[in-house]
Amino acid sequence: MKGNLEAERTPGAATAVAAVELDAVAVRFRAKKKEVTALRDVSLSVAPGEFVSIVGPSGCGKSTLLKLVSGLLRPSAGSVRLFGEAVGGTRHDIGYVFQRAALLEWRSARRNILLQAEMRGMPAAEAGRRADELIEMTGLTGFEDALPHELSGGMQQRVALCRALLHRPPVLLMDEPFGALDALTREQMNVELHRIWRETGTTVLLVTHSIAESVYLANRVLVMTARPGTVAEIIDVDLPGSRDYAETMSQPSFAEATGRIRDLLGAATATD
Amino acid sequence: MSMNPGGSEGRLLAVLERSWRPVALLVACFAVWWAITSTQLVPPYLVPSPGTTLGVMTEKSSYLWQHTWVTTYETVLGFVIAVVIGVLAAVVMVYSTTVEKTLYPVLLFAQVIPKIAIAPLFVVWLGFGLTPKVVVAVLIAFFPVVISMVTGLKSVDPEMLQLAATMGASPLKTFAKIRFPASLPHLFSGLKVAVTLAVTGAVVGEFVGANEGLGFVILQANGNLDTPMLFAGLLVMSLIGVVLFVLVEIAEQLMLPWHASRRGEAATTTL
Ligand SMILES: Nc1ncnc2c1ncn2[C@@H]1O[C@H](COP(=O)(O)OP(=O)(O)OP(=O)(O)O)[C@@H](O)[C@H]1O
Ligand SMILES: [Mg+2]
Repeated sequence: MKGNLEAERTPGAATAVAAVELDAVAVRFRAKKKEVTALRDVSLSVAPGEFVSIVGPSGCGKSTLLKLVSGLLRPSAGSVRLFGEAVGGTRHDIGYVFQRAALLEWRSARRNILLQAEMRGMPAAEAGRRADELIEMTGLTGFEDALPHELSGGMQQRVALCRALLHRPPVLLMDEPFGALDALTREQMNVELHRIWRETGTTVLLVTHSIAESVYLANRVLVMTARPGTVAEIIDVDLPGSRDYAETMSQPSFAEATGRIRDLLGAATATD
Repeated sequence: MSMNPGGSEGRLLAVLERSWRPVALLVACFAVWWAITSTQLVPPYLVPSPGTTLGVMTEKSSYLWQHTWVTTYETVLGFVIAVVIGVLAAVVMVYSTTVEKTLYPVLLFAQVIPKIAIAPLFVVWLGFGLTPKVVVAVLIAFFPVVISMVTGLKSVDPEMLQLAATMGASPLKTFAKIRFPASLPHLFSGLKVAVTLAVTGAVVGEFVGANEGLGFVILQANGNLDTPMLFAGLLVMSLIGVVLFVLVEIAEQLMLPWHASRRGEAATTTL
């Protein structure tokens, strides 16, 4: 399994098969006799190494979409594929970051990151080296032994990010990872995530409520309509691969993309 | 001690800070007790003075010690068995809804039966020895253990479990590394209730048929209208409960430093 993941991450194979492929996917929930359609006819194809942001009104099925990709949830209709392979059960070749850091409060930052390795039975030495690498990359150095409640919200989210990256997943799923952070910390985390994405070449699906964040980070932004969630539009972000935060904000193409998303979301909520 | 004055003194101060209020209350209770008896509001054959009671306790200390050990042994044994069975039952119930549906009504039934009412039955079945006392202690201490452990195991963050699933974690690993440790704070609050109840259970077991233990001491004293001894027995019995409770709390702080420390932090900010 591992060897074949490495193969799929090589650039040569990049264009051949989509990292994530959703085809006419629908999700219906049964809740107290009432049937709720969370997603309807959603199709999306994400190339390996691509960064796609997902925005949409609350309750439109963004989290549901990530759960589909991870295999935590099965679609009611349509198909979900990861690297050409139909998603049957929960996938292990992904990294997941939730809105709340979801850290084990009795474990230090480093040991929270290493949970990933322990659960997978990765060799301890290799995992330790990788953890130290990520700790340095995310600026957590000096806080390895701190317990979660001794860390700030931003640091907790960094730990969750390190944990999600430990096993070098070809796909990273992030569900409003920075929603609980203050504006400044959030900007810092955006810059960091952008750098990490550039360095690792991971395919990323990021759910966010921040339009600026969605555009700054992504190659494309998937805008969804209110419930039942459908694809309103997929917007191509016309920005360079490597982005400076302040510079990006002042780009005309940035303003254009954010404006377009704002219009679409306005229309989506107006029909709600 | 003097090697690390800051640490040990700080800890001592923290203990004093936490314990002076209950100690003050206890002293106040003794003062009221003393006042009532010394003003002869109540005749001494109904309520002996603290002095008389403490006098009996020192005078008959070896007699009291002997029976205290018996009751303590029954209590601890009952408590430990209740914890083992309770935790196991909770784990099985959380992992199997069928078992939960079957076992829950049975447990509830076992809980609502007044233990004093069935204790004589155990004497008939199991004799006058150690077993019936332990059985009553187990029965009475078992329920809070199961309930708190079930609550603890169920209160695990569902996202944490989903995360474990994406890590390809086996159910055993998920249990050992996430579910079980996460349930410990709940379990410990149940254990604190259970340990004090276990004392009651052991004494109830002694009441219905025993020739040793504090329950026996109290019954004997009652029969002889020896109120000072009766009060002494009651006092020692309460002390067993308090000491065991404190031991469980210490175990909690040793095992869950992450949790206890947070509670400490919350306490100082609200004060
Ligand atoms: N397990 C479930 N059972 C029933 N309904 C559900 C379930 N999970 C989600 N839903 C419903 O599906 C819809 C989409 O939920 P989802 O959590 O994906 O929304 P979201 O876009 O992530 O919202 P938010 O931005 O508030 O996080 C909601 O209406 C929700 O009530
Ligand atoms: Mg959501």
